[in-house]
Amino acid sequence: MSDHRLPKPDRPWMMRTYAGHSTAAKSNELYRGNLAKGQTGLSIAFDLPTQTGYDAGDELARGEVGKVGVPVAHRGDMKVLLDGIPLDQMNTSMTINATAAWLLGLYIVAAEEQGATEDQLQGTTQNDIIKEFLARGTYAFPPAPSMRLIADMVAYTVTNVPKWNPINICSYHLQEAGATPIQEIAYAMSNAIAVLDAVRDRVDESLMPQVFSRISFFVNAGVRFIEEHAKLRAMSILWDELGRERYGVTDDKLRRFRYGVQVNSLGLTEAQPENNVQRIVLETLAVTLGRDARARAIQLPAWNEALGLPRPWDQQWSLRIQQVMAFETDILDYPDIFEGSKVMDGLVAEMLEGSRAEMAVVAEHGGAVEAVPYMKAELVESHRARIRKIETGEMKVVGINDYRETEHSPLTDDSEGGILVVDSAVEAQQTEALVKWRSERDQAAVDAALAEVARVAETPDENIMPSTIAAARAGATTGEWSATLRNAFGEYRAPTGVGEAAGSFAGDEELEGLRDEVDRVSEAIGRRIRILVGKPGLDGHSNGAEQIAVRARDAGMDVVYEGIRLTPSQIAASAVQEGVHVIGLSILSGSHRELIPSVIGALKEAGAGDVPVVVGGIIPDQDVPELTAAGVAAVYTPKDYNLTEIISEIVALVAERNGVAQSA
Amino acid sequence: MTEPRGSALGHRLAERDLTAAPDALNLLESSASADSADRQDLLKATSPAVLGHEPAGHVVGITGPPGAGKSTLISVLVRELRAADRSVAVIAVDPSSKRSGGSLLGDRARIDFDPADKNLLIRSMATGDRLGGLARPTRDAAAALSAAYDVVIVETVGVGQSETEIADIADTVCVVVQPASGDALQFIKSGIMEIPDVLVVTKADLGQIAQRARRDLHAALRSLGATKTSVVAVSSVPPASGISDLIDAVDAHGESVDLVTERAARRRAQALTEFAEEHGRKGMTALGGRRAAVKEVKTLDPTLDVPQMVAELLRRAES
Repeated sequence: MSDHRLPKPDRPWMMRTYAGHSTAAKSNELYRGNLAKGQTGLSIAFDLPTQTGYDAGDELARGEVGKVGVPVAHRGDMKVLLDGIPLDQMNTSMTINATAAWLLGLYIVAAEEQGATEDQLQGTTQNDIIKEFLARGTYAFPPAPSMRLIADMVAYTVTNVPKWNPINICSYHLQEAGATPIQEIAYAMSNAIAVLDAVRDRVDESLMPQVFSRISFFVNAGVRFIEEHAKLRAMSILWDELGRERYGVTDDKLRRFRYGVQVNSLGLTEAQPENNVQRIVLETLAVTLGRDARARAIQLPAWNEALGLPRPWDQQWSLRIQQVMAFETDILDYPDIFEGSKVMDGLVAEMLEGSRAEMAVVAEHGGAVEAVPYMKAELVESHRARIRKIETGEMKVVGINDYRETEHSPLTDDSEGGILVVDSAVEAQQTEALVKWRSERDQAAVDAALAEVARVAETPDENIMPSTIAAARAGATTGEWSATLRNAFGEYRAPTGVGEAAGSFAGDEELEGLRDEVDRVSEAIGRRIRILVGKPGLDGHSNGAEQIAVRARDAGMDVVYEGIRLTPSQIAASAVQEGVHVIGLSILSGSHRELIPSVIGALKEAGAGDVPVVVGGIIPDQDVPELTAAGVAAVYTPKDYNLTEIISEIVALVAERNGVAQSA
Repeated sequence: MTEPRGSALGHRLAERDLTAAPDALNLLESSASADSADRQDLLKATSPAVLGHEPAGHVVGITGPPGAGKSTLISVLVRELRAADRSVAVIAVDPSSKRSGGSLLGDRARIDFDPADKNLLIRSMATGDRLGGLARPTRDAAAALSAAYDVVIVETVGVGQSETEIADIADTVCVVVQPASGDALQFIKSGIMEIPDVLVVTKADLGQIAQRARRDLHAALRSLGATKTSVVAVSSVPPASGISDLIDAVDAHGESVDLVTERAARRRAQALTEFAEEHGRKGMTALGGRRAAVKEVKTLDPTLDVPQMVAELLRRAES
């Protein structure tokens, strides 16, 4: 037997597709279709109200119901969602964080109704709150009680749901927010330390090896796939070290670095979107090529993610990529192909050195929870540097800043522009269904169950899971459970990181010229140009808004950065109170058709109807006329990659609206 | 003929019409010479001379190093003040970039507010190109808003210099520090930092650490003979604690000082500074030199607002 071949090929990784939209019934249909196509695990995408703990009908849920995922309000929804899928056998990944304890509760109850027991359940709750503060924005409670919920879930599952991965430490979203590979490694590892330290206080010391072995990771892989593979090898070395040295885990098997992956979306382009297919394929190599750091579970984005929501056919294409990779190529036939590679060893050594240094910085800040403001500022800065490289051409992106000439793409020719459009009637249906659900349940039982959740929430020594599962069984809703905890824990607004980002100046003549123009217009108006930048709705992906804010400041504007999760009336009140000349709104969740007209309506009502509004985000071309008709002055999408140009147009807009003549 | 814009806004503020506040601030921030007369009218209409008394609002300065927890503290402080039905204006000041002249004003994102609450105003302000300190509009805004709001909070960043600046515009100065940082103690001992009226130790949820910090600061202040400064430990994370103690301390300080005399003295000092800036050495010489000018300013009607005082000094210099 040779040592360059495996005695028999490895089993392929678990194949999933991140999916869900509209309603539980529609999503169930989608899941069954995907499973029939050879998908081997489920990956549930919840809508933003479910992720942030609001029911349909709540003001903050407006426009977001059923958009980027499925709404699940109670055990009835969960039952429909998983109907006909045997939960004693299925391996289900749920992208759920702030409300993870609740959704796990609903899942356990749905399984119970199918006759499956807790110890049979397999799957993962994402449950990583630190990266929500840093990059994704679907947090609900302040850091300390959020960490307690995570620790409670880990402590509960390690004994009651032993095959469950209670947390997926995510470096994925950090890369999406601009993290370098070293930042991705260092922040994820620091995050894991914070979680493990919190759990250590809540379980018996003898359980720590089991706890350690249940922690899995959710990583990203960009198109520089060799470096990305080195990153994963470095992570696996650090994880092993951490288990041995910090947590005293002696069993090698319990120290294995286990990760799932969704490959990079940040690098996917709106222009010439067909090119994204090869990007996705190459990124998949990063997590499959080397056996020593191969993914346990993979889900791939679709080619059209920068355009809007993918359709079933788009997702099928991504699943087929995985299947070709696993079943047609010989990737699974060999031992680790990088063993002894000078290049790989060198890259890994670099990553280890860099990450250890950065982990030490985080530790100096008092650990990952305390270091959130530091890490956030570092990420904003890395993202700024990345965008700058694209603008200057130092980093080439085919179809964006180079090779832009293209034939017409037939892929987007259909009436909807090659994406999925969620029926806007879904929100009203879900709201109505919820009224019906409430009228048919035993209200007294729900009240009692929620009162018990409230009591436990205020008793830090007790585990939140049993009362949560009981409330799920009684028929409470996602919004009710979350409101109970918001009441006990308080609300929180995370740091924005924008204040600390470095300026982009040196040798940037375009920006120099723009600053002169900002000064000129400001002087003519009497006040420095003021812009309000914020995100309406529940979408917490604030990277774009942050970068616009930083560049507007660098162009010389006064920028009121209002952050995420704003209602139309909040934006209107802020615009008036702050006396801004222009408003920049960012939306990536597809709720722009509902939310933007609402903001403009609220502005009119507040007497600020004359303040121009510009919108950026994932806005399909066919929606632009509707937004313009509603009064939007300009719409920017991912293909507008030059931020200075965008700011320059905004300055011109302010000049025009304030009667300032063009410069000579 | 309709009333000119500046005095109309000033009168509305004087009548506690809070809807006038955003426009009033826009005007006070304007550097356009065409707005100059309106700006002065606005300040005049909210001055003690016209009101017949000092504006009733309590101007509270809150300052401290970055990361001390000021925004979160202000968020819960505002909630508590509003629960007591006191109207509140928050002016959050952040520095402008020296390179670009622009600024990133991020405090608003950290402060929870109800858009339907008409008795709460949050306004971000950049320091602008003024060297090392608060912008002129900040002083003017605090003065004008104190005629309309019960409490005007001015938040600035920094330790060492900024609380000296804020002492020039606030009736009560609170310095916010984290329990673990020894900076405040060092600054106080070395005299870099003036002794604040209220010293706030945040993160009281850290328990013993915060309590020890509170005791250390208390002892340090006593050893300097600063027995009047209250030291309050607060926690802004739920369950928030110490917030009502802080409000009590701030209120008690406000009641203990002679506002009429102190504010007049601050206005006079400011008038002299502005006069010197606008009219230079020549202007000062015309007043008989610096020492004479200091005496001269003390003879001004104490109820005048700053621009009127400057105008009066100019008149005297020219006569």
